[in-house]
Amino acid sequence: MTFPAKFEFLDEIRDMVAETARSAGFSEKTIYSLQLAADEAATNIIEHAYAGVKNATFSISCEIKGDQIVIVMRDTGKSFDAKNVKQPNLKADLAERQIGGLGVYLIRKLMDTVQYESSASGNILTMTKRRD
Amino acid sequence: MEVTTQEFKHCDLIKVRGRVDSSTAPQFSKELDKATDNGKYKIVLDMSELEYMSSAGFRALLATQRNCKRYNRGEVVLVKVPDRIREALDLAGFTELFKTFDDTTEAVGSF
Repeated sequence: MTFPAKFEFLDEIRDMVAETARSAGFSEKTIYSLQLAADEAATNIIEHAYAGVKNATFSISCEIKGDQIVIVMRDTGKSFDAKNVKQPNLKADLAERQIGGLGVYLIRKLMDTVQYESSASGNILTMTKRRD
Repeated sequence: MEVTTQEFKHCDLIKVRGRVDSSTAPQFSKELDKATDNGKYKIVLDMSELEYMSSAGFRALLATQRNCKRYNRGEVVLVKVPDRIREALDLAGFTELFKTFDDTTEAVGSF
């Protein structure tokens, strides 16, 4: 499925992930985690990969392979350098708490595997999670 | 997403319904700012009918908590946080930044 790189489509993206996971018997708790991870990943693409780009689109596929769900997002925007994302300090007090990097942190915590490839033809994010 | 505000003598009770994501978080922030712009820094946030919140919503919560706690003039407390959202807040290390209550009357009475 191809989506415009606009936040208004996050609802549809979460619905698509939920439908696929529900049909494969994933628990509602895991479905929420999958929706959150997909939302955070799509948000990063819209906000960072396509920062300042008009009429951009990206694609998402969501499949069941064996006992796991595989979510793949492809974009042709700016590539993402994980090295530039600081691990959020979850112990910092209120004044020092930084919100940047929280999306990526949540994705890694919520999913079993997260893989990111970047090439001249674009960026591919692959996330998997096993049925509980 | 829908936000309603009820003013009490000692605090504002703000109820957020529906889904807060990158699309709706700006509106959520704006509603929270309305309270603080009016000098209301004691806020009870009723999350009982909140279905979903991403880190965009957490960001709005953090900004408001910072603003409210400045000069010890108040704080944001959360009430009736749905399990899924509590788990995500926990994962983000946010639960220790907010007092949480199961009962609205108790939360309002805490101010």
